[in-house]
Amino acid sequence: MRLRRMLAVWAAKISEKASVHIFHRQGVTWAGKIALKIDPDILKELAGQVKKEIFIVCGTNGKTTTNNMLCAALEEEGYKVICNHTGSNMLNGVVAAFALGAGLGGNLEADYACIEIDEASTRRVFPHFKPDYMVLTNLFRDQLDRYGEIDITMNILKEVMQSAPDMKVIVNGDDALSAYLAMDSGNPFITYGISEKVVDDNDSHEIREGRFCKKCGAQLHYNFYHYSQLGDYSCTACDFRRPEIQYDASDIEISDHLAFSVEGRRIEANYKGFYNVYNILAAYTAGRASGLSLEHYQQMLKKFNPENGRMEQFQIKGTKTVLNLAKNPAGFNQNISAVMQDDTLKDVIIVINDNAQDGTDVSWLWDVDFDRLKGANVNSITVSGIRCYDMRLRMKYVDIPSMLEADVEKAIRERVENGCKNLYVLVNYTALFSTRNVLKRLEGED
Amino acid sequence: MDVKDMKITIGHLYPDLLNLYGDRGNIACLMQRCIWRGIEAETIEFNTGDVIDFSKLDIVLLGGGSDREQAIVCKNLLEIQSQFKEYVEDDGVVIAVCGGYQLLGKYYKTDDGMIEGLNLVDIYTEQEEGRLIDNIVLESPLADMPVVGFENHGGRTYINGNQPFGKVLYGSGNDGKSGYEGVIYKNVIGTYLHGPLLPKNPQICDYLIQKALERKYGSVQLSPLDDSQEKEANDYIYYRFVKA
Repeated sequence: MRLRRMLAVWAAKISEKASVHIFHRQGVTWAGKIALKIDPDILKELAGQVKKEIFIVCGTNGKTTTNNMLCAALEEEGYKVICNHTGSNMLNGVVAAFALGAGLGGNLEADYACIEIDEASTRRVFPHFKPDYMVLTNLFRDQLDRYGEIDITMNILKEVMQSAPDMKVIVNGDDALSAYLAMDSGNPFITYGISEKVVDDNDSHEIREGRFCKKCGAQLHYNFYHYSQLGDYSCTACDFRRPEIQYDASDIEISDHLAFSVEGRRIEANYKGFYNVYNILAAYTAGRASGLSLEHYQQMLKKFNPENGRMEQFQIKGTKTVLNLAKNPAGFNQNISAVMQDDTLKDVIIVINDNAQDGTDVSWLWDVDFDRLKGANVNSITVSGIRCYDMRLRMKYVDIPSMLEADVEKAIRERVENGCKNLYVLVNYTALFSTRNVLKRLEGED
Repeated sequence: MDVKDMKITIGHLYPDLLNLYGDRGNIACLMQRCIWRGIEAETIEFNTGDVIDFSKLDIVLLGGGSDREQAIVCKNLLEIQSQFKEYVEDDGVVIAVCGGYQLLGKYYKTDDGMIEGLNLVDIYTEQEEGRLIDNIVLESPLADMPVVGFENHGGRTYINGNQPFGKVLYGSGNDGKSGYEGVIYKNVIGTYLHGPLLPKNPQICDYLIQKALERKYGSVQLSPLDDSQEKEANDYIYYRFVKA
């Protein structure tokens, strides 16, 4: 039904245009919802028109960055790509990416699709199309109130993997949970990882998932950790161990920039944070595994600007401001590490919301090692957002005083006015969009 | 006896498996509220397989874990059941949260089978349709302030004739029907409230410290702390969900 599909595409485009400037990401979701209502087959049909391959990206952390990077890498090689850039990653967001990418004739002109999908939503997306590749970045503790427990997420992913037995899983081999899932699913899989010890993280008190073998229940032995439970592991009782790594990053440099070697190539990026090595490596592996040579990968990285609140920089009235998303303990601990890589004096604002998409349970704040901020050359800490009272208490119990300002804009203005001109704003999920808008507006006020 | 000469030893049981809902916050809260008063505080972590000497412990914390992890813990716990039981009957202080709460009872019947409990308190848990997930507010006999937290459980706990930890003002509680949450037995508190429980409920934290000190040293007067930040965080939840 081409006509119905055309109508659906038009309706999506109109509703997106009408709403996206006011409601931002919500507008994209509505566009998808309307399109699916008019044409329930739209996703199936448009996905079927992708000429080459469909990649999906799943995993707790790094989905958006990895997916957008993979998209940019494919575009750099001259291909046309459908992508849900904004990170709208539930069924409606996925539909919107395809519907908004279609022409007014209701057809798609695309070589590839790069789609990030929220793990729990995979079950709703897979009936519409079967991807060629799934990138699985990692599985950390995240939004437990929505998914129940990490085991439930793993069960969902296993189920969808088995529903698409030809789909190749591109998996982070350093994560025992993800690697086990890939092996257990029976799907073909390709591994990436880091086999050399990079940081001294073995003494950290960080909460680690997956201390126990998913296969037999015995304790896992780790030769070393990179961060959280990522590292080199083997079971003390059965034959489960870290798989052989096919795309292995070595000679890792992590400072004010990142660099590593893979397949004899030196890859450099002007970002901070160990976790970005994994994001860059995951996107690289996906492209290479699909048979592309990715000759312009380094060139793409040079230009790649996440522009989505992942270490995004702003200049506000002389204050260098960095916005970074952190929505779970693993992500937040990595963010604190990234803040600490800047040894100059800094102000920090932490914004915590508890809307549905954040996870309404904020107990994860107590699993973050905030006490490390004591050694981070911090001038001040301001807590903000809906759950600022919880956040202030969190800081109190590690003996770090903080200022409280529930209103994000006021908090930022105050620090720009009275702070030390070097500001980090760490936010969780729903706080990201509102905070980013405030920062964009303040930047424009200059 | 001056509190400066007092010491509390907290036993954190199986943090390698039971550490799901910010349980470290309960430990941090117990520790800090002793330290701020000049009371020495120490936490000993016991991982699965470690030998536990209950006579050295003043407060035992049993946290939350997934059903699968609870089944692993259960095997270890049954080995120490009689010593743990002796500790409880001797007025030992226990705070058991979520999965830890379920393990206090006779059993936890899940769709995948039966997890045998510690049988320290005459309660039992059965998995029923749907998880009970939301913020929760209680009125508890142990505190003047409301008790606030977050619950997330598939099991429904039946406490027979035991005293509940509190009456539900907002949320589901033990079974979503009785209107009550948790259990109090001697100096044991079992509850589904995490978030974690103690930082926003400083009176519950002080109750545990007080009971532990009294058991060890006799009558004790805890000096008051400035709880204005705790109170504001507690108020926020109370006014948002109950007084709204």
